[in-house]
Amino acid sequence: MGIVVVGLSHKTAPIEVREKLNFPEATVPEALRKLISYEGIRESLILSTCNRVEIYASVQDSAIGIERIKQFISDYHGLSQAALEQSLYVYPEAQGVRHTFRVASSLDSMVLGEAQILGQLKDAFEIALKTKTTSTILNKLIKKAISVAKRVRTETKLAQGAVSISTAAVELAKKIFGELEGKVVMLLGAGEMAELAAQHLLGNGVKNIMVANRTFERAEELAKEFKGDAIRFEHFPDALVMADILICATGAQQYVVKRDIVSRALKERRHKPIFMIDISNPRNIDPEVAKVDNVYLYDIDDLQGKVDVNTEGRSKEAEKAEELIIHEVETYLQWERALDAVPTIVDLREKVEDVRKRELDKTLGSLNGITEEQKHAVEAMSQAIVNKLLHAPLVVLKQAAANPDTGDNTIAIARRLFNLDKELKRPVSEKVVEMPTHDDAEHSRESKDSCR
Amino acid sequence: MNLTFFQIAMGVYLLASAGYIVYIIKPEQKWTATASLWATISGFLLHSAYFVLRWTESGRIPVTSFFEAANFLGMGIVLVFLIMELRFKIAALGSFMLPLAVVLMAPALILSGDIQELNPVLRSGWLGIHTSFAVLGDSAFAFGFIVSIMYLIQERQLKAKHLGALFHRLPSLNIMDTLGYKALTFGWPLFTIGMLTGSIWANSAWGSYWSWDPKETWSLITWVVYLALLHLRTIGWRGRKMAVLSIVGFVFVLVSFFVISRIQIGKHSF
Repeated sequence: MGIVVVGLSHKTAPIEVREKLNFPEATVPEALRKLISYEGIRESLILSTCNRVEIYASVQDSAIGIERIKQFISDYHGLSQAALEQSLYVYPEAQGVRHTFRVASSLDSMVLGEAQILGQLKDAFEIALKTKTTSTILNKLIKKAISVAKRVRTETKLAQGAVSISTAAVELAKKIFGELEGKVVMLLGAGEMAELAAQHLLGNGVKNIMVANRTFERAEELAKEFKGDAIRFEHFPDALVMADILICATGAQQYVVKRDIVSRALKERRHKPIFMIDISNPRNIDPEVAKVDNVYLYDIDDLQGKVDVNTEGRSKEAEKAEELIIHEVETYLQWERALDAVPTIVDLREKVEDVRKRELDKTLGSLNGITEEQKHAVEAMSQAIVNKLLHAPLVVLKQAAANPDTGDNTIAIARRLFNLDKELKRPVSEKVVEMPTHDDAEHSRESKDSCR
Repeated sequence: MNLTFFQIAMGVYLLASAGYIVYIIKPEQKWTATASLWATISGFLLHSAYFVLRWTESGRIPVTSFFEAANFLGMGIVLVFLIMELRFKIAALGSFMLPLAVVLMAPALILSGDIQELNPVLRSGWLGIHTSFAVLGDSAFAFGFIVSIMYLIQERQLKAKHLGALFHRLPSLNIMDTLGYKALTFGWPLFTIGMLTGSIWANSAWGSYWSWDPKETWSLITWVVYLALLHLRTIGWRGRKMAVLSIVGFVFVLVSFFVISRIQIGKHSF
């Protein structure tokens, strides 16, 4: 039982592959339901952005769960598993938890420290919650991931770098255009950084946004997100006439925006300046374009250089964040291990309650002429004895379970001591899911821990 | 005694220029802009006081000798700067416009400041009207010249990606381009009125509207140059090209002021 993450990202797969495996937002609920119908998969969440497609699941058995998820991906997208194999990564158990936290904190992003991924994770979680494909474990994992991301944000300076690139873009745009009110932005291609920059520009008064992408559907999706217009990729040279700011981030291996295209657009727009930001790697805007009058071309290194982001400082911040995450993974795993004790605790409570009720009935049945009040007093006493006796073993069970070395052993001893295994053993899963109150109690205790 | 007013005003302008220059090259020294603005305002008050004193002393508006003309143009430029600075709050303007005013007035420090006798034929209300419009027109062109220089510097910073103190202090390309255009739309009509009133005055003094003296001819050329600039601007020229043209236009103004006026023939020589 535990977490697995299966997926691919900009680090393992080119955009063509990522696009093929993309889950458009509208299709996610249905995909989630399909996924959860695979045997052994208890909870699931799909995170699908332009830079990553990942499936988070809690499964009965990691190895089997991973196979099922791979099966699901190939079934769903109609691709052979062999084709997927080289792009997919797999993170079981503790690695999966760590990966989740790293993704949320944007340590796994193309642009370290960018904030968009956290929003995307929250959205994905929202969808999964609505579709009811998550429960105790994934809920806990994602909530924890969100709080870890917030800690990374406030306790390290990681986020400042990413923000400052966008800020630099906005500042430059302002030095060219003065006010950005009413300016038109064109997004050519997509990517976290490009979208982040677009978002910052929108936040600074830019009103219109055009999106062109090789896959038109993706362009439409982004245009919807930014409340802009999608245009066909081959039409971008014409649309460039209207663009004051061009953000270029296609995955092309050669120059897409060439000097003749730009010269023509400038002429048609009566030489009104265009601010071009090339975020692609390799670059997509021919450096020759910079020589055109009234064109200001900046690539990501220019922007990064301008805002004095000390890269050494940033990697130090990333290291700090990684350490923080290692610590947080440990606290999460403790919580998850404590879940192992839950069935035993439930069994124990049930058994004791059973005994108490039986003995109480017997006693009350033999006492004649007893008042209602006295009856209550006896019942209260039985309850008090049971609670007091149970308190110590329950505490020990919870604590021991959180410790990977002693956990299993202590649980086994408890089961033997109280003779719990003679009872019919229930499937573990139901009980985990049935225990939301327990989860809440755990959670509050833990958040106190992390405040210390 | 009067001249000391002028010299003190010049000294204050010089200090203000220095303050404004520190402001654009040192990112930390923002206060110098405020200090320089106050210095400029007090300098301008002294300068105006000097102008009025000289006016009462000579009994006519002091705009006839080269000294006086340079002084008047300097005042015009400082006035336009103050209006623009208070209106648009672009302190960096001061870093360029005040030094220009100082440089244009510098010859006046060397030249004789004595009050010279004026040909009685020229004693007329038109003297003040004609020269005031001419100087305001020239000042507007000077302003256009300055924002064009600033535009070119800022454009250079953007193209070369030198985003230092200067980049932060200079306003956006768009503002400077717009202001450059404004300078044309204000300067050219003022200049035109200056020429027209001069022509009317010439007719009343000499009985002819136009006599092709060097200053008149050169002014006509300048007028045509700026008309061409206005035309190009309205058909869509902008940015760097327009800035360069605006600088070229102002060269005509400078030649008119410092070269043509010195040619000792014709009515405008002083």
